[in-house]
Amino acid sequence: MLHALDVCVVLLVLPLAVRTIAARETFAAVVSFMAYGLLLTLAWMRLAAPDVALAVAAIGSGLSGVLLLGASARLRATERPAAAERPSALLRLAAGILSAMIAAGLAAGVLSQPDPGPTLAPSVAEHLATTGVGNPVTGVLMAFRAMDTMLEKIVLLFALVGVWSLAPDRLWGGRPGPRHQADPRGVLAFLARLLPPVGFVVGVYLLWVSADKPGGAFQGSTILAAMWLLVMMAGLGDTPPVASRWLRLALIVGPAVFLAVGLGGLWFGDAFLAYPEAYAKALIVVIELGMMLTVAVTLALLVAGAPARSVPRSVPRNTPRNAPRNARR
Amino acid sequence: MSVALDVMTITAICAGAFFFLAGTVGLLRFPDTLTRLHALTKADNLGLGLVVLGLLPRMPGPASALKLVCVWLLVMLGSATTSQLIARAVRQEGPSA
Repeated sequence: MLHALDVCVVLLVLPLAVRTIAARETFAAVVSFMAYGLLLTLAWMRLAAPDVALAVAAIGSGLSGVLLLGASARLRATERPAAAERPSALLRLAAGILSAMIAAGLAAGVLSQPDPGPTLAPSVAEHLATTGVGNPVTGVLMAFRAMDTMLEKIVLLFALVGVWSLAPDRLWGGRPGPRHQADPRGVLAFLARLLPPVGFVVGVYLLWVSADKPGGAFQGSTILAAMWLLVMMAGLGDTPPVASRWLRLALIVGPAVFLAVGLGGLWFGDAFLAYPEAYAKALIVVIELGMMLTVAVTLALLVAGAPARSVPRSVPRNTPRNAPRNARR
Repeated sequence: MSVALDVMTITAICAGAFFFLAGTVGLLRFPDTLTRLHALTKADNLGLGLVVLGLLPRMPGPASALKLVCVWLLVMLGSATTSQLIARAVRQEGPSA
């Protein structure tokens, strides 16, 4: 009985993966990719990994899907000429051989793993009690491999800096993306008023519950980011200018708290990011709260895109272009 | 009592699955976007509602049951809003094949 469901998931996932790659239109490929992500969520649930399933649903399917949809909308103008271009037979053959070799290499790598694979799970289970959290995934992410998690958040910031750096110089410091206009009494505005309180509770709950049950700060942050994006897309609130002071603060508070706790571990304890056992749980929650704010703001701004509108200045519009720099605020 | 609950679960989930099936057939067979939306929303809201109804007696406690009902309400809210938005986009841009 159970196997029948697994077989169904596999039979759905594989053709969808092929369709994602084979689709000629970018938009069709993105939609397939999002459906593929949702099915992968099911697959992870069947593998008894609900934390991963949540991450795949929120980030792998939802957030990446929205980012890719934005990219496909930008590519629409160039899509037809690009599709009409036929690369030479030699190039296609070379690409085919290269892809086949990579696939074969990956397959060989996966198949040559020892069974059962090397695992650190027993030692995690043995020491989990010292962290004060009950969910081994959170224990690994926030205590045993906290360094990786911290670097991951910093990488996310770099990604945002990369997106921002695409802005032309004259718009630097301005508001990202277009100003969304929507009927203030329409359905979207209605949803954007109704849903964010619910989403906020669910997002924070995911973080809080991750101490003992499946959940996670990253997954919760994605929901918070989605709520903020909904408010912005419904035209109820504008994206903040990237020069804004509070925005910059929100972007660095997560890594800053993480670094501070890490250095504190070096100062008071034995190593960087070593938590004193009595305060481990409290420190983990503090770090996660800071991270949640940073990740939510970062993800929403990644979707919002590069600064595209100049900062509204308090000075009248007909001032010369080389107005004093500090008029910017 | 438990037999009655089992019968209710099986009936409700089968009915829910039937509505999902009917909605999917409508999605594949109906001629344009608006009729396809019609098939999808009716089927999803009713089908999911029946599945949730069937699962309610299986839940370990009232809190979990309430969570299931919340999932259903949120899905209805989401699908109602998106179908409105899609329908509006269709009306503005004209029907496409």
